[in-house]
Amino acid sequence: MSLSFEKKKPSGPLSVARARFAAAMVLLFSASTAWARVRWNFETPVTSTAHEIFHLQNLIFGVCVAIFVVVFGIMFYSIFAHRKSKGHKPATFHQSTTIEIIWTAIPFLILVAMAVPATATLLKMENTSGSALTVRITGYQWKWQYEYPAQGISFFSNLSTPTAQIENQEPKNKHYLLQVDHPLVLPVGEKIRFLITSKDVIHSWWVPSFAVKTDAIPGFMNQSWTKIQVPGTYRGQCTELCGLGHAFMPVVVKAVSQEDFAKWVAAQKALMVASAADATKTWTEADLLGHGKTVFAANCAACHQITGQGIAGTFPPLAGGKKFSAAASMMQKLRHRGFLTRGDRIVMGPVKNHLRIVLQGIPGTPMPSFASQLNDTDIAAVVTYERNSFGNHTGDVIEPSQVAALR
Amino acid sequence: MASATANHEEHPAGLKRWLFTTNHKDIGTMYLVLSLLMFFVAGSFAMVIRAELYSPGMQIVQPYFFNELTTMHGLVMIFGAIMPGFVGFANWQIPMMIGAPDMALPRLNNWSFWILPFAFTLMLTSFFVPGGAPGTGWTMYAPLSIQAGIGMDFVIFSIHLLGISSVLGAINIIVTILNMRAPGMTLMKMPMFVWTWLITAFLLVAVMPVLAGTVTMTLADRHFGTHFFDAGGGGDPVLYQHLFWFFGHPEVYIMILPAFGIISQIIPTFSRKPLFGYESMVYATASIAFMSFIVWGHHMFTVGMPAAGEMFFMYTTMLIAVPTGVKIFNWVATMWRGSLTFETPMLFAVGFLVLFTIGGFSGLMLAIVPADFQYHNTYFVVAHFHYVLFSGAAMAMMGGCYYWLPKWTGHMYNETLGKWHFWLTTIFFNITFFPMHFLGLAGMPRRVPDYALQFTDLNRVASIGAFGLGLSQLLWVYVIYQTVKGGRKATSKVWDGAEGLEWTLTSPPPYHSFVTAPTVK
Repeated sequence: MSLSFEKKKPSGPLSVARARFAAAMVLLFSASTAWARVRWNFETPVTSTAHEIFHLQNLIFGVCVAIFVVVFGIMFYSIFAHRKSKGHKPATFHQSTTIEIIWTAIPFLILVAMAVPATATLLKMENTSGSALTVRITGYQWKWQYEYPAQGISFFSNLSTPTAQIENQEPKNKHYLLQVDHPLVLPVGEKIRFLITSKDVIHSWWVPSFAVKTDAIPGFMNQSWTKIQVPGTYRGQCTELCGLGHAFMPVVVKAVSQEDFAKWVAAQKALMVASAADATKTWTEADLLGHGKTVFAANCAACHQITGQGIAGTFPPLAGGKKFSAAASMMQKLRHRGFLTRGDRIVMGPVKNHLRIVLQGIPGTPMPSFASQLNDTDIAAVVTYERNSFGNHTGDVIEPSQVAALR
Repeated sequence: MASATANHEEHPAGLKRWLFTTNHKDIGTMYLVLSLLMFFVAGSFAMVIRAELYSPGMQIVQPYFFNELTTMHGLVMIFGAIMPGFVGFANWQIPMMIGAPDMALPRLNNWSFWILPFAFTLMLTSFFVPGGAPGTGWTMYAPLSIQAGIGMDFVIFSIHLLGISSVLGAINIIVTILNMRAPGMTLMKMPMFVWTWLITAFLLVAVMPVLAGTVTMTLADRHFGTHFFDAGGGGDPVLYQHLFWFFGHPEVYIMILPAFGIISQIIPTFSRKPLFGYESMVYATASIAFMSFIVWGHHMFTVGMPAAGEMFFMYTTMLIAVPTGVKIFNWVATMWRGSLTFETPMLFAVGFLVLFTIGGFSGLMLAIVPADFQYHNTYFVVAHFHYVLFSGAAMAMMGGCYYWLPKWTGHMYNETLGKWHFWLTTIFFNITFFPMHFLGLAGMPRRVPDYALQFTDLNRVASIGAFGLGLSQLLWVYVIYQTVKGGRKATSKVWDGAEGLEWTLTSPPPYHSFVTAPTVK
């Protein structure tokens, strides 16, 4: 095109056309990126450890790129210069002890130079002493439990993205899969120690902005720490394959000022008093069903499915009309404990049996004990919901006091 | 004697030929065909995985089935495509390269192969039993593996069979190399491919029993009331990981050392110049193999290991970069001032050099413990091991296939189509796996069927690349088919720069490679 030389500046109509084209391209591109920008590197670090690791990784990456360019620069020069098609005759050399020693020694020295800052950062990361606050984190299939032993606070944190969004029936919101009902609340500017364990399989608790990733392993109590510099909401995920809900147990941390944290602690304590009062009042069926549906979605639906149909051969159905089928180990343990012998179902059978299964779980199978996870009101509500949904019409209404009596 | 010879020359036709064969070439062919078949089986699982990950939300499969697919993709690629593929190369090439008539233990050879179809039938049947195939990932970590359905037991038994097959095959290779070399071929005159396989065979004999023992402990925990890995019964879930990775890290080198061997054959041929630093290549391979036994902890930095343990595994892992670097430098030095041509095998070898090195660098980054805390179990790791296993192991096999196919079949392959296969594979491979580095850095965990919205664009790119990569491999099958069926006659030497005993035989070689041993000076 001659345009670039003849016209120093694009004329009016042309620049308009260009602007339109640019706008069209932006629209076209943003149609696919309407939600978020592509990120090429770590989340913005907000702790000193995360900062150090960020710089460490950029340094190592830079060194790797430099070596790559030098080595393959030489190789590609050879590819262009030493071709047979250019009439290049092969040399015959095939040995040089000197050069072998050089290219063993130089990488070794580069590695030593990398290991020094890496070791320094590692030793800081491993030092969990001198913390102001301890939080106990327990992994469950598929949620996190957060406990503040000194404050007496304990709660569960479940994915709050609606199933309809996962199944593409509703548009996905901004924090799709990275939002929870109860985030972990932490104060900024204080060294916080995490004690991390699991109740079932191995999970891993990760917040990229803190550079904290620690496996939650049943029978082990792992430690790590963080000191958050900037208030804000930080999101992460479980990073150890833990079964079918692995992608659906995010970590959300709300970092607040120390005053706000004190207020939050007071509010949590008040809430616990209120929930204790709930357990003593008499609930109506409608209230129980409403609350039960929420509890079911957060705690039971991952396995038994939101429809109560279960997954044949693995997770038993709760719907009465559906053939009972579960993993062999579970069937065996249920029979051993006297269930299913007369063809009766857990959900349709005696209320006490149903409550016992929910409270105690079935050891050795994925069915966990909910005694420590849910309070009496929650269990009463969810059992009422299960016995009166998915086509089940037992008409049973279970009060929290009935649950308390079985504990 | 006469009747024995006559009997020896009898070749049954049809199915019986393949079922009862004790011939190293027939068995090698069966290994290679099985490997190619499994490459497509496991590859098709990857296509479903990439289709599901094309968009956020659940579209095509359920989360549990997705986990089954990731598990089986890994197991079938590792045990079905890569390992038998290299054994196929060993079967065809080792007797020809050392001047032997056949493998030392031909009946054992037949048995090692015929275990495999049964093992994979058992493994793939697990999809159809109640509860499906295990959704544990190929690492099968306890206690998740204890929860899995009966499909887990199918996989455990198939791993037992695969282990028996591998160990028998490895013993055969060791015995052949140590006893059947032609007069004058000392150990330090062996071709590099033979050296790398000798070392690999020792790795196999050392670690396959460890894996067999580990999965047997899982089996016992599942059914016989033991608590090896159950903290509730006094066991230790982390013990499983130590045992698994004590097998798993040498396994990584089992999958890459024979690739180093193939590349070390191809580069000198097309550089028309001897391999640079042969002796240091042998020592580098041996030291990589030795060090593979003392680095397993780098797969487990986040399990809560003490700082001293993390430092030990970080330093030893970083140290492996030294002998690996020596190998890369030696290959580049072999090309330096050669007389280079770029037929398809050489293209794959150069592609291997560049891309495998990227995988090596990301491996070095992963060895740095503090940074590993950020990379661990993200897509960065997925990118890393596909750069070493696809552009490393698989592309070395593709190069080896084009390099030796004229020798094996007596026909030249179609060079234009071969080059197309190389370029399509390399381009789509990078479109698939390069973005995964960034996905991992940005925080996308591996083994997830669904992801947050900020990961959408790069996942789309990766999925499109994966479909292209999968389709490109059909071209490979076509080229192989075409070459087997016919084509320009190949000379004995095939490549003008080729050196070694296999090129002194006709193309295709006689049924018993060397009836009288050649003398090596």
